[in-house]
Amino acid sequence: MSFKQRMLDFFNRKRSVQLGGGEQAIKKQISMGKLTARERIKMLLDEGSFHEYDLFVEHKCQDFGMDKKNLPADGVITGTGKISGHPVCIFAQDFTVAGGSLGLMHAKKITKIMDHAVKLGVPLIGINDSGGARIQEGVNSLAGYGEIFYRNTLASGVIPQISVILGPCAGGAVYSPALTDFVFVVDKISKMFITGPEVIKTVLGEDISMEELGGARVHTTISGNAHFFAASEHECFEQIKKLVSFIPWNNRKKADPFPPKPPRKGQPIESIIPTEPTVPYDVRSIIRAVCDDSDFFEIHEHWAANIVVGFARMNGETVGVVGNQPLVLAGVLDVDSSDKAARFIRFCDAFNVPLVTFVDLPGYLPGVDQEHSGVIRHGAKVLYAYSEATVPKITVILRKAYGGGYIAMCSRHLGADFVFAWPTAEIAVMGPEGAANIIFRNEIAAAPDPDAVRKQKIQEYTEKFANPYIAAANGHIDAVIEPAETRDFIIHAIEVAAHKIESRPRKKHGIPPF
Amino acid sequence: MNEEQALKRLVIDDTVYETRFTPKFEKRKPYVAPNPNLVLAYIPGVIVDIHVKPGQRVKWGDRLLILEAMKMKNDIPSPRDGIVKRILVEKGQMVGKHQPLVEFE
Repeated sequence: MSFKQRMLDFFNRKRSVQLGGGEQAIKKQISMGKLTARERIKMLLDEGSFHEYDLFVEHKCQDFGMDKKNLPADGVITGTGKISGHPVCIFAQDFTVAGGSLGLMHAKKITKIMDHAVKLGVPLIGINDSGGARIQEGVNSLAGYGEIFYRNTLASGVIPQISVILGPCAGGAVYSPALTDFVFVVDKISKMFITGPEVIKTVLGEDISMEELGGARVHTTISGNAHFFAASEHECFEQIKKLVSFIPWNNRKKADPFPPKPPRKGQPIESIIPTEPTVPYDVRSIIRAVCDDSDFFEIHEHWAANIVVGFARMNGETVGVVGNQPLVLAGVLDVDSSDKAARFIRFCDAFNVPLVTFVDLPGYLPGVDQEHSGVIRHGAKVLYAYSEATVPKITVILRKAYGGGYIAMCSRHLGADFVFAWPTAEIAVMGPEGAANIIFRNEIAAAPDPDAVRKQKIQEYTEKFANPYIAAANGHIDAVIEPAETRDFIIHAIEVAAHKIESRPRKKHGIPPF
Repeated sequence: MNEEQALKRLVIDDTVYETRFTPKFEKRKPYVAPNPNLVLAYIPGVIVDIHVKPGQRVKWGDRLLILEAMKMKNDIPSPRDGIVKRILVEKGQMVGKHQPLVEFE
């Protein structure tokens, strides 16, 4: 063969494999409202930055007529590329090839790019669009999943792992995304479940549609399995790009700093909070009033909205923000919000992102369903995550910080480096009403006018305890600050804590209350 | 995804807070104390056999009925000694989780 012939042969081979499942299958993929795997990679990565590997990998299955089947690239595209200049490793399952089913070589391509990501110390992005295990390959496809889960676990806390669900992701396949740090879903395209509607119907007699069982809305509002909801694939890719801009490449690095920007001019910060502790406001307004460019990138926006978590920048540096949300369930900690906060705190700690916590909560949510769902065990995750974290920890108490909630929300006692409180802070065991009713129970009961005495006692308690000064007198908080000084205090705290060293007893790993 | 919601009232430690509810909180089921006279299905499935009749005296551990679920035939044993008052299901019937199956006197 001449050089020219060899080149022609190469181009033909490449073109044929790059067409995936062929024009028919691509048409079908588009008719389902989905982009092809190649288009997805192209849209997500910087132009011209994608470099593909293992294009000519072939499956080795001989059974059930598979020896006569050609599956281009074995149904998955892998490679490296860049997002806004940040290097990433990426794989995208190709639904046009045997439904994106996972066989041995398909899995080997994925685990190879995962190993690369860990070795190179760059984020891993996995685009999932697969009917599941390739049944013809039997236990080898199960082995493939297992190898992926194992690597997801080893890579956890070493490199950021991002899962994008752009099609079905069912059965065992869901556990790879579940082990990763951030899961993105798109309305009407993403479907995630362990057992599908048909099995549920035959085994349990429960009738439910695929969308209601495991659609994008379900996982971003009810189950919390997914972190980001998008109306389209395009919007989803924009969200991923933004996320990547906030996080570091790996656990040995810090997130890239951005040019510092002041918050945008808006409502003056001191006017956001109603003084009456029972009247709600949106804590995100406070976050936006203090962070760079008022740009707050929220995670898990639609799930457990009684706590708010996400990334922002302070003086150009990425910070992880946790804030009680008085607008929803009065900002209480409960089963779901504890889960949400704890996971986010652990991500920040693993990836050198300083934590900024805004506190305004009445405590934990009372109720039989909460107790029976294990609010003790779940609530403990918040204590664990904050105590364990050694990144700079800065806490700002805005208003209520009552009881167990005060302790849990990164108090001094859990190792906060700096605790600031606004003059509106109320740091106490409980709210004045509850406290007065307990402390003065007998006096109130014995009084000729119990309501008048109760009112007076509540007033007394409020004056004495519903403020930050007792906590300040005991050194539990470091400074009472003006709301307008908040940004300055946080930026300074992060600066002076940038090189903090906090040692922990040697251990293999802790045992968080999972 | 962000529908505006009216503020509701949430009481914690005698203080009434104005706030929104989450969809999950809205849908929570009020706690109902278990009725000791009822035997409930612990898993959804199909009743494949019934071994007792109304009026029958049974002992703790006696087989009441068989509930097939997840391809397994599960014995539903009597949780106590007593007299069966009513059988609340029929052979072949599909039952949901926590559905009452047998009532004791």
